[in-house]
Amino acid sequence: MSALLEVKGVTKRFGGLTAVDDASLEVQSGSITGLIGPNGAGKTTLFTVIAGFEMPNTGEVVFKGESITALPTHKRAIRGIARTFQIVQPFAGLTVRENIAVGAHLRHAGRSAALAKADSIGQAVGLGPLLDRAANALTVAGRKRLELARALATEPKLLLLDEVLAGLNPSEIRDMIPVIHQIRDNGVTILIVEHVMQAVMSLCDTVYVLAQGRIIAAGTPGEVARNEHVVEAYLGHGAAQRMRKQGETHA
Amino acid sequence: MKDRTLVLIAIVTLVLALIPLGITSNVVLNFLAFAMIITLAAQGWNVLGGFGGQFSFGHAAFFGIGAYGMALLQVRFGVNSWLAMPLAIALGGAVGFAVGFLSFRARLRGSYFALVTLAFAEVFRISANAWGFTGGAAGVLVPLKLDSANMQFADKRMAYWLALAMVAVVLLITHHLTASRFGAQLVAIRENEDAARALGVDTLVVKLKAITLSGAITAAAGCLYTQKFLYLDATIAFGPWISVEALLAPIIGGIGTVFGPLLGAILLLGLGEVTKTLFANLFGGAWPGADLVVYGVLLIVCVAFAPRGVLGVIQRIRTAAT
Amino acid sequence: MLKFDIFLSALANGLMTGAVYALIALGLTLVYGVLHIINFAHGAMLTAAMFAVFVCHAWFKIDPYLAVFILTPLFFGLGYIIQRFVIMKASHGDDSNILLVTLGLSIITENGLLMIFKSDTRSIDVPYGFSVIEVGNLFLSTPKVIAFLVAFVVAGLLGLLLAKTDTGKAIRAVAKERTGAALSGINVDHIYAVTFGLGAACLAIAACLLMPTFLVNPRVGQAFVLVAFTIVVLGGMGSIPGALFGGLIIGVVESLSGLYFGESLGQIGIFLIFILVLLFRPTGLFGARA
Repeated sequence: MSALLEVKGVTKRFGGLTAVDDASLEVQSGSITGLIGPNGAGKTTLFTVIAGFEMPNTGEVVFKGESITALPTHKRAIRGIARTFQIVQPFAGLTVRENIAVGAHLRHAGRSAALAKADSIGQAVGLGPLLDRAANALTVAGRKRLELARALATEPKLLLLDEVLAGLNPSEIRDMIPVIHQIRDNGVTILIVEHVMQAVMSLCDTVYVLAQGRIIAAGTPGEVARNEHVVEAYLGHGAAQRMRKQGETHA
Repeated sequence: MKDRTLVLIAIVTLVLALIPLGITSNVVLNFLAFAMIITLAAQGWNVLGGFGGQFSFGHAAFFGIGAYGMALLQVRFGVNSWLAMPLAIALGGAVGFAVGFLSFRARLRGSYFALVTLAFAEVFRISANAWGFTGGAAGVLVPLKLDSANMQFADKRMAYWLALAMVAVVLLITHHLTASRFGAQLVAIRENEDAARALGVDTLVVKLKAITLSGAITAAAGCLYTQKFLYLDATIAFGPWISVEALLAPIIGGIGTVFGPLLGAILLLGLGEVTKTLFANLFGGAWPGADLVVYGVLLIVCVAFAPRGVLGVIQRIRTAAT
Repeated sequence: MLKFDIFLSALANGLMTGAVYALIALGLTLVYGVLHIINFAHGAMLTAAMFAVFVCHAWFKIDPYLAVFILTPLFFGLGYIIQRFVIMKASHGDDSNILLVTLGLSIITENGLLMIFKSDTRSIDVPYGFSVIEVGNLFLSTPKVIAFLVAFVVAGLLGLLLAKTDTGKAIRAVAKERTGAALSGINVDHIYAVTFGLGAACLAIAACLLMPTFLVNPRVGQAFVLVAFTIVVLGGMGSIPGALFGGLIIGVVESLSGLYFGESLGQIGIFLIFILVLLFRPTGLFGARA
């Protein structure tokens, strides 16, 4: 495996606040890579930098060996990077099919080709019966699927998922996980920013942990979960030690 | 679905073309000819505002460029009308591109975009009023030379049919827009610009294409105006009246639809005439502004109760019926 | 020497007109700062206020400076009602709808006035209309000096109102964080309407200050409103000091460019400033908000 996406020493400041501080990570081709961290850790900022909605102050974003740091969002999409939005952004006045077709138009100039593509993607993510519905008539889970479908319609190499599971109930999450697995199995590399830990554990090959703007740990989900820095970042200073002690007394 | 719209365009055009064969009244003919001019101006606005969601309050800028371009090319440069028209339309497109390039690159949207378009129209109006080349405050007169070689027709019906033909072409263009990648991307920008960018839409380029097309179509309306009335001044060409009508017709007819501007223009002008006549009969004398008051009320009523115009209401009734 | 005197008097005139411009812009910027909408009916409302002053004087023999005490509350009420029961209701809270509704209001007002008063230009005749105050070599028109001073007093009072009163604090809270304000029990719709009313009240005062020296016709507001937009954009949308400085700057620019380039080109100068600021510094010279 080789790195499809490399983030090298990215720093992003807003005024005096350093939201992301010298963060580096790699997304291996064909993997599902997770980016997790407590609230306010800078996940979303790093995500928007990768997606091209914000430019970093320093550092580089490299895709397929080429720097795309200065590339605007739509050009990243052409190269094969698609993203979803944490707060779903449907084209509210359009039908589900028309929504997905906007994504499909990136690679299909013709209207009928784009609509056909939209149909097949819609089916694949489980929106088949809803294709003629207005996008704003969908449930939250439906909208999350629509986000996914639209992004997939651009036929990306790398899919950036921004908390696609947030706001879903446990059964909806269970339904969504195989969809994401399926996308990867079809050859799309995935970087996922996620809050829902259970999902991250079952989905990701590699996980990066961001806290206070810095990457504090990386590894398989199991390794990361045992990492003391990570536990401290989530549960507060001294938590890891307390847990270890508890563990010893229980044992 | 696609074919149905095409058939409808053909039928509507045919019916409109046949009217003057049955009704020879000059009043009706003038009304229809003027309605075609407003339709064109409105259809131009609709491309940018209806499909693209970028509300211009200054489409007079493009109307006036077309009108003055048409007049001055003939009067100052001796260009034949049939050549002057495409040139003036191209000029309208170019000005549209320039205004768009400046505003969209500066990321103006919403009220800011409305404001800046309004300001451009005003700058043009004041300039045309002050500049000798454009005839200053006296305006510019195109010499009357009735000859179809000059696009001045002895038979008034010819002028109307020409305008109608241009409306038909623009209907076809708009229809094509609704079934094209460009159209889908434009609508996507209207609905959610960030999401469109994420899906690979180059929003600047798409908006620029839209405003260029929009400017050209509205300039065509200006060209026809010049040839119909053979006189222009700054307030006619660049005044707020045309900005308002270009915006009202699509909103009343059905914003972001193929037929909305045509329907809206006919309704709007019809209502204007009715209002004027009504006031004159009820209270005597001329009541300037009465028609515009009705327009203003109509605008608010439409926004409040019929956000998708008359076509939207018709559709709602039809869905309710089925 | 004479040339310098002309320059000085143009400068003084510009400052005085600018103060009234500032007052007009103040209403616009206040509404923008709180409601985040551009009120396209602002110019037409000013025209309406000027006609109201005219009617007060011509029909009821009320002096403009007395009319201010009637018209200011009246326009506050009108503004309140229009925002709460027309703009709010008709637009369903959607931004581009608000834009269209205020445009509609402006068309109705302007042409309604045209129907009633026809397109004639009217003025009122007050004994002090042409009186002057002598300052050094300068002769300053008394009504303009009064306008200048009152505009600053009103701006000061408005500032105090916003800073000290409960309503003012609520207005600022809504401007900053609408949802938060609503959660803490502020009636946002009411505050919106109050703000809009204050904007209209500013116009009523401006109209009373303008009428002794200006003419009124149904289209007069158009000239003022683009100037006011320019000021607001220049000063930064929503910024009160910005509106004051912007008003003074534009008043001076207009007066001086009118002196050197003639009236109509002077106007173009304003629009060019307007377009340039919009394009290159849409946050304004003083504004910080994006």
